[in-house]
Amino acid sequence: MELKIFDERNSTATEIIFTKKTVKDLLLQLNINSETVLVTKNNEILTEDEELTHNDSICILSVISGG
Amino acid sequence: MTQFAFSVSFPEDKMRCFKCQNKAVITLQHGSICKNHFMNYFEEKVFKTINKYQLISKNEKICVATSGGKDSLTILYLTKKYLEKHNLPTTNLFALAIDEGIINYREKTLQDLKLFCQTHQIPLTITSFREEFEYSLDQAILKLKENSKKKQCNLCGVWRRYLLNKHAKEAGATKVITGHNLDDEAQVILMNIFKANTKLAGRMGPISGTQKVNGFIQRVKPLYFCTEKEVKLYTLLKGFQVQYTECPYSQEGYRHHVQEMLNNFESKYKGTKQSIINSFLAILPLLNTSDENIEIKSCQLCQGPANQNQCNACKLKETLING
Repeated sequence: MELKIFDERNSTATEIIFTKKTVKDLLLQLNINSETVLVTKNNEILTEDEELTHNDSICILSVISGG
Repeated sequence: MTQFAFSVSFPEDKMRCFKCQNKAVITLQHGSICKNHFMNYFEEKVFKTINKYQLISKNEKICVATSGGKDSLTILYLTKKYLEKHNLPTTNLFALAIDEGIINYREKTLQDLKLFCQTHQIPLTITSFREEFEYSLDQAILKLKENSKKKQCNLCGVWRRYLLNKHAKEAGATKVITGHNLDDEAQVILMNIFKANTKLAGRMGPISGTQKVNGFIQRVKPLYFCTEKEVKLYTLLKGFQVQYTECPYSQEGYRHHVQEMLNNFESKYKGTKQSIINSFLAILPLLNTSDENIEIKSCQLCQGPANQNQCNACKLKETLING
């Protein structure tokens, strides 16, 4: 499946090919530590076990901020 | 900046709240939890911390140290809510922000802060490094790099704490509340261990310092048991406008490496950060006793509290001015 990813940490928007299932799989593919982000779809918070579908628009929000 | 208003929907295959079976928004150690139960859990955790450690008493004038970031907006909001809940005067609450003068960073967070304080009717005072020390942090760092091994985080920390204390005192505050969270505290505990700073370690905890000291306004941390992820989630669910920002100097600091290491550990071994905090709190009474007889002098330059003839803030300023 294809996913649209917006990563708040570097303000990038990309499209990726994703062959697995869950948010946890996505973070592994993107090499992102799940402790450091929250993931949303259509302004809805997703937990790690949630399954993604083709053409989902995903936002990756950093929990780390400040100095 | 995109403002989020977070919603919850109901597909059958998604994780459910262990309390009510609604859609979960986060998985905690004891289970997954929905939006409403999370907000309740989070707020109760903060209020319990305040009560257990007596962080706020009656008739206090409370200064909340704020930056406009997620932690300080959260604790500003919850401090006011706590006062209202306990019929304590909210007129004794104000926010204090320090503008370090970091370009493309601080002005953004102060924008969010001003809007927040306006919305929630909380008085706000802003002071700056430039006003007090004649240098912004950006300028000071440029100058220091020429002559000194002093790190930017060290300079920033010393000057920020100095200004917080000074302006909180001038405003008559009896307590300074900061937005330090569980992640911050676990990182500092490890940093102090790695650097063998046992005396400094003894001054940490939900209440900073080992004793009340003349000249210093006591600092307390109601978010002490809240993870950074929980704080972020709370701000999203409450719809607080918080732009994503990260201090441009933070990647260069020692803390950044400790933070990364700790997050890597936590992802493999859930509960590590909480265990660090629990272990530390168990031995804190022993660490506290090492600081009991510290003598506080008066700085020759600013008459503020100091442990030598000049306070660290004035020493740093002198280094910059005189080279």
